[in-house]
Amino acid sequence: MDEQPIDSAKDSRLSAQQITRNFDDLHPPLNAQQAGMEASRCLFCYDAPCVIACPTAIDIPKFIRQIATGNDAGAARTILSANIMGGTCARACPTEILCEQKCVLAKGEDHPINISALQRHAVDPVIAAASSHLFARKPETGKTIAIIGAGPAGLSCAHALAVLGHDVQVFEAREKPGGLNEYGLAAYKMVNDFAAREVGFILGIGGICIEYNQAFGRDIFLEQLQEEFDAVFIGIGLGNANLLGLAGENLNGVQDALQFIADLRQAKDKSALKTGQQVIVIGGGNTAIDAAIQAKRLGANSVTMVYRRGLAQMGATAWEQDLAKTNGVILCEWARPLKIQGKNKVQSMVFERTKLESGKLLATGDEFVLPADQVLVAIGQSLENQILGDLETQYGKIKVDDDGQTNICGVFAGGDCIASGEDLTVQAVQDGKIAAKGIHNYLGGANG
Amino acid sequence: MADLGCTIAGIETINPFWLASAPPTDKQYNVERAFAAGWGGVVWKTLGEDPPVVNVTSRYGVHKDTARGILGMNNIELISDRPLEVNLREIERVRTNYPDRVIIGSMMAPVEEELWKELAIKIANSGVHGIELNLGCPHGMCERGMGSAIGQVPELVQNTTRWVREAVDIPVFTKLTPNTTDILLPAEAALAGGADAVALINTVNSVIGVDLDQMAPKPVLDGKGTHGGYCGAAVKPIALHMVAEIARNVATKDLDISAIGGITTWRDAAEFIALGANALQVCTAAMLYGFRIIEDLNDGLSDFMDEKGYRNISDFRGMAVPNTVNWNDLNMNYDLKAKIDTQTCIECGRCHIACEDTSHQAILMQIQADGSRKFSVIDDECVGCNLCQMVCPVPECITMEPVDNALPYVTWPDHPKNTMKSAE
Repeated sequence: MDEQPIDSAKDSRLSAQQITRNFDDLHPPLNAQQAGMEASRCLFCYDAPCVIACPTAIDIPKFIRQIATGNDAGAARTILSANIMGGTCARACPTEILCEQKCVLAKGEDHPINISALQRHAVDPVIAAASSHLFARKPETGKTIAIIGAGPAGLSCAHALAVLGHDVQVFEAREKPGGLNEYGLAAYKMVNDFAAREVGFILGIGGICIEYNQAFGRDIFLEQLQEEFDAVFIGIGLGNANLLGLAGENLNGVQDALQFIADLRQAKDKSALKTGQQVIVIGGGNTAIDAAIQAKRLGANSVTMVYRRGLAQMGATAWEQDLAKTNGVILCEWARPLKIQGKNKVQSMVFERTKLESGKLLATGDEFVLPADQVLVAIGQSLENQILGDLETQYGKIKVDDDGQTNICGVFAGGDCIASGEDLTVQAVQDGKIAAKGIHNYLGGANG
Repeated sequence: MADLGCTIAGIETINPFWLASAPPTDKQYNVERAFAAGWGGVVWKTLGEDPPVVNVTSRYGVHKDTARGILGMNNIELISDRPLEVNLREIERVRTNYPDRVIIGSMMAPVEEELWKELAIKIANSGVHGIELNLGCPHGMCERGMGSAIGQVPELVQNTTRWVREAVDIPVFTKLTPNTTDILLPAEAALAGGADAVALINTVNSVIGVDLDQMAPKPVLDGKGTHGGYCGAAVKPIALHMVAEIARNVATKDLDISAIGGITTWRDAAEFIALGANALQVCTAAMLYGFRIIEDLNDGLSDFMDEKGYRNISDFRGMAVPNTVNWNDLNMNYDLKAKIDTQTCIECGRCHIACEDTSHQAILMQIQADGSRKFSVIDDECVGCNLCQMVCPVPECITMEPVDNALPYVTWPDHPKNTMKSAE
């Protein structure tokens, strides 16, 4: 991997130019020659393991063969008909634990096909053309469906329903569509406003209308939507950032890592953002990694990611961990936060070393202090239970059946707010697809 | 170290690798670069009577795989487009500069005895080691009654060979076209005409591709295209077959063979020698990679010979000829079964789908408890066709194992199921 090199400076005051460079494309796109050569390496496996590993089951050997034969439009059609957010997934999917991990060439030659880069190569021109001509809507059915949340699950569901001829009304709590694609992924993975351009492509199918600043449980309510629409899909994600529950958590400089990333993504001028000199990130998932690397790339002197278990147990993949290390992030394992210290503003954090004994995480009593002027908390998000009403939950998430339907008839759900798999864009897209099929059948579409 | 020096048609050469008559041997500059690089000889680009021909632009077309590998190319270039005298004086100079290297003069002329004889004498007087008759060019020149227009008519092959044989006292090579139904007919005609050696194959007539925007054959010249001579790795199997036919034919088996056709590596060279070639000619590989490929051609062939204990080319020349037989001489009782090494298998499924879709449904795919796939051969269904082994991307993962069935060697003419078997 040839990541863009990072510029960092001791005084943490990087020039605007350096910061712009630090947030440029993490992996530059393949040119036609690179794509052709990489595509030609693909073995065109039968019943390919990469497809089985993809939550949206993109026919990967088929689209790679299409690239190899010079049928790029066909490759895009293969990808997007299985995964309408194939563009974001090509940038953000942890392919090292999905398709590329299962690539037989990982076993045969220790060098899997660069599936994500090939997927991006096929999809990007279609998004750049900003047309939805790859798909045509079926005749209008006259049915209308309400979708709560314009994130990956909601938009995937909306697109699939629109293709089937239904009209879709999307309600989005924020000012922009895209959900975590727009607000939650690292900036260097989504350069040139990709999330917004992708949504523009998706809406190009027609029949989808989005209303913004419409939060579930505040501006819109399930009973009302059930009355007005033929079906409802809930794709609200996980709205609550989990708290450490420690003294000092309200000190200045302590922040939810997702909010930090959202601010960074929305900043017109990243050099105007203030980052700490000594940053601590609490957590071991991909959000923690994204926050840590971006803090470093903004110019932080030191960034230490502290995780209560070991590297092997981290949610962040080995590839993400390597990326963090390459960017100068210190990975501190086996330590749990005890308290956040400072007057008004955070000054340091106290940790206690942990250890694993017969599967149990134990505190050792061995404490240490790390200085900090910024603490980013990335220990996961949870569902806002108070707004769920009669919706049944399981394991802290909305419970759905195989068709994506909740315990309430005609109300479907998908994305991070249900327990379908990893909390990834690609899984949310699949949830949206499944629910769209479920809604279509619920509305009599299968017979119609 | 093995001795790569060898003799063909009585001509000694420091190694068996000559450049074939083609653009790489068009003039002194190229030929001297080739000799400096280590080539043993060249067949100078075909000479004709003045005035020289005029060539067109856009002369080559290519046949590629998806990984930019060149499978073959074709050309619509004619013979030397430089005056005969210029070529002959250059040949003289190169002969002086590189006295230990071989130069063969290639020629063609309309089917008139005097023209052939006059030109052959002029070329011989430049000091070449031998004359090669270009009776194979399948494009352009054939429309003027030369090249393959001669090579496709055995009587004309014999006559032109005889004319040159009578005119000069140096070895005569008759270069054959593959664009014929039976290569033995022109080969025997060349022998009857007094050829010291045959050189084959010339290029295969072809349309290399179609430009789908211009809707014209490639290479496209101002909206039009024509058929041209196909060469390179793709034609090697055609050439191997024709060389073998001449080498195992009673009438021609003692005819020296200068083998040509897609020779790219030392292994290709060894294969042609094993099928009876005395020496070799290379063109396309040099055009694609430059003259320095001679280093590995020499090196690889020498190492191969050392490894096998062959001291010189003649130690293994023609060794595969007795084993090249007619289908009717094959052992019907020989039985092969594919065997898959599950340790090195990477589970791509290519063997399974190839056999399942297009062959004998002899490879089973079983999903294991851990989600991995296990591929195994159903011996009773396997006909030993080799397809699975061919498509397998892992070297040695699929092997074809002979079954020890203790049955005798039985050919089809003697086979019990042969209803046409003659009553005894």
